[in-house]
Amino acid sequence: MTGTAVDLIWLAPALALLGFVANGALVFVRPTAKTLVSVIGAGVLLAAFAVSIAVVSSFDADAPVVFRYWSWIPVGTLQVDFAFQVDQLSAVMLLVVTGVGSLIHLFSIGYMKEDPGYARYFAYLNLFVFFMLVLVLGASFPVMFVGWEGVGLCSYLLIGFWFSEQANANAGRKAFIMNRIGDFGFMVAMFIIFWTTGSLDFGTVFSHAPTALVAGGSTVTAITLFLFLGCTGKSAQIPLYTWLPDAMAGPTPVSALIHAATMVTAGVYLVARCNVLFAMAPVSSAVVAGVGALTALFAATIALKQWDIKKVLAYSTISQLGYMFLGVGTGAISAGIFHLTTHAFFKALLFLGSGSVIFAMHRAYHHTHAHEDAQDMRNMGGLSRYMPWTTGLMWIATLAIAGVPPLAGFFSKDEILTAAFARGSTQPVWLVFWALALVAALLTAFYMTRLMLYTFHGPNRTGEKEQAHLHEAPWSMTGPLVVLGVLSAAGGLLNVPTLYHGSAWLHHWLEPVTQPSAALLPEAHLASGSEWLLVGVAVATAVIGIVGAWRLLKPEGLVAARSAPEERGFARVLRDKWYVDEIYDALIVRPLVWLSREVLWEQVDQRVIDGATVNGVARGARALGWANRWLQTGQVGMYVAAFVVGVLLVLWRAIG
Amino acid sequence: MLLSPALAISAVLFTLGVAGVLFRRNVIVIFMCVELMLNAVNLTFVALAQGLGVGGQVFVFFVMAVAAAEAAVGLAIILAVYRHKQSVSLQNMNLLKDG
Repeated sequence: MTGTAVDLIWLAPALALLGFVANGALVFVRPTAKTLVSVIGAGVLLAAFAVSIAVVSSFDADAPVVFRYWSWIPVGTLQVDFAFQVDQLSAVMLLVVTGVGSLIHLFSIGYMKEDPGYARYFAYLNLFVFFMLVLVLGASFPVMFVGWEGVGLCSYLLIGFWFSEQANANAGRKAFIMNRIGDFGFMVAMFIIFWTTGSLDFGTVFSHAPTALVAGGSTVTAITLFLFLGCTGKSAQIPLYTWLPDAMAGPTPVSALIHAATMVTAGVYLVARCNVLFAMAPVSSAVVAGVGALTALFAATIALKQWDIKKVLAYSTISQLGYMFLGVGTGAISAGIFHLTTHAFFKALLFLGSGSVIFAMHRAYHHTHAHEDAQDMRNMGGLSRYMPWTTGLMWIATLAIAGVPPLAGFFSKDEILTAAFARGSTQPVWLVFWALALVAALLTAFYMTRLMLYTFHGPNRTGEKEQAHLHEAPWSMTGPLVVLGVLSAAGGLLNVPTLYHGSAWLHHWLEPVTQPSAALLPEAHLASGSEWLLVGVAVATAVIGIVGAWRLLKPEGLVAARSAPEERGFARVLRDKWYVDEIYDALIVRPLVWLSREVLWEQVDQRVIDGATVNGVARGARALGWANRWLQTGQVGMYVAAFVVGVLLVLWRAIG
Repeated sequence: MLLSPALAISAVLFTLGVAGVLFRRNVIVIFMCVELMLNAVNLTFVALAQGLGVGGQVFVFFVMAVAAAEAAVGLAIILAVYRHKQSVSLQNMNLLKDG
């Protein structure tokens, strides 16, 4: 206990949990009390945000402050307390989760207004924030894992929020199963950590790791690779990323909060948290950075040819998460966390903006009773005339994600690219990663401009009757967008690099957390001349992407989705996402289903377990009974004879 | 003494009893054969008590008492069965067998 506002940290998750309990009760008691639900749902989040600000502003320790609440798992030498830890890294996450979370809760009030599951929605959303706070505040791997699983559960519940559609329920299940594969890695990593260091507390593990484990050895490599497997599941990286695009089946604010701003960044947070371990395992670091760079490029290519506005943003999220992993894998922990923060701002803005567009489209189609796809960009076009605020704010976010200075994304993305390039001076493989990420940056600028162009500019393709009903969303929805717009524009100020005579505030703020890995792995520094050159290249890439898309793409030539022609050739491959889902289906799902059905079910279960064991015993008993039936003649004489013969035999044995 | 003849007679009586139980159909005859076996055993007890002490003779009284009780119960059962079946033949007492 520190005697300052930091002691109140338990209040933040407790408030979210309270919101869940209250709204959860209202689901059963009075689901139509929407005003009460909104006040509770958004109110607890705003209160939690206030608590977070109070905690972070009064926190100034160099070491993590740990609060042990109760002994949770005391088993032999395994002693796990339910404990929260406040340090610089969890402080950043705390503010992002509660801050962006509050805005998205406020947006949801307008977006979900007409939904019959209003109370259930806010209950789930509050529960999600509770688990997310447990995840970022947990002071040991098991506590973090509780949050890790909890957010997975809420993600599943919210993806399948409109579960009456089979496709939505399937998307939820897919997300859950893909995450289970990753969680297996997380758990194995925990087992190895406990086995080698004898503890699961962050403090003990990270201080013992340099002595208990051999740097570069196979143990620490195994730990970090298994941890990263967990990250690929939660943070949607190759090879487990396929659930995230499907997760767009959930309500759009959910996509903004869970599948863009907070939950999917948990993997980046985990790597940053375990930066000591990753710094000790160069192979794993290279794997993290390599997978990140590859994912960044791969997802960006798919985003080029998607028509669903949310699918573009989903692949964009995967791509940006790849950047974050490139950053933390390179050892530039603060750059990765910086990009996580700015990405939370501009991607939440993009998703909420697309939510505002979908809201308008849906309302227009609802008015005219048309059954068109409200998310297909081919049905949009020219929306800037109807929704000027959304258009302007979306452009800010687009320029930010594309990396146009001086918006938020420019600084964070550039820092990651620079770090990778600098690492390349000693290990050339990092130059490859840098090149991949640079191409991905070009594609990012291109597909985001494409999205803006097709959605907001050119002629309108919604339909003659519908145009009259297209207009801006109410202020309760645009308000949070404006706040996020300001953050997307100015978020870069958090960490203006020294190159521009900035203070690199976030970098220094995070130093107590990143210091152990920085000691093991000194950050490579470039001459300021080459840094300026890199900045020039990055900016040029962004500009080429935007201008190229603006010149190449002709929104005038598009037709509405109903009558659009099929893509051919490579465009079709990209539209069909490189057929990764189909490949997984053929290589993993079908063989697994075949094995389960043909072998395990029809042979092992039905023949061996049911046939030989369960029914076999019964059949044997019946056969024995059938045989013995012939002895029971009912004739007393027979019984007496058997008795006499038996006595004679016993006597014969006894005497002879 | 007359030990060997006594034991021989006892064995013959016992075997007659067993054979009677095995081969006769009339329940009352079977019952009598059971009594025959009991008395054959009694004879053995008495004969052996001559050389081995008074225990055998005491045991004979027990056997007689039990045989008397058994006769009462057994005859009652036979009477009950006869009332039910109008027969005392073993062949008609096969209720335990199905079908």
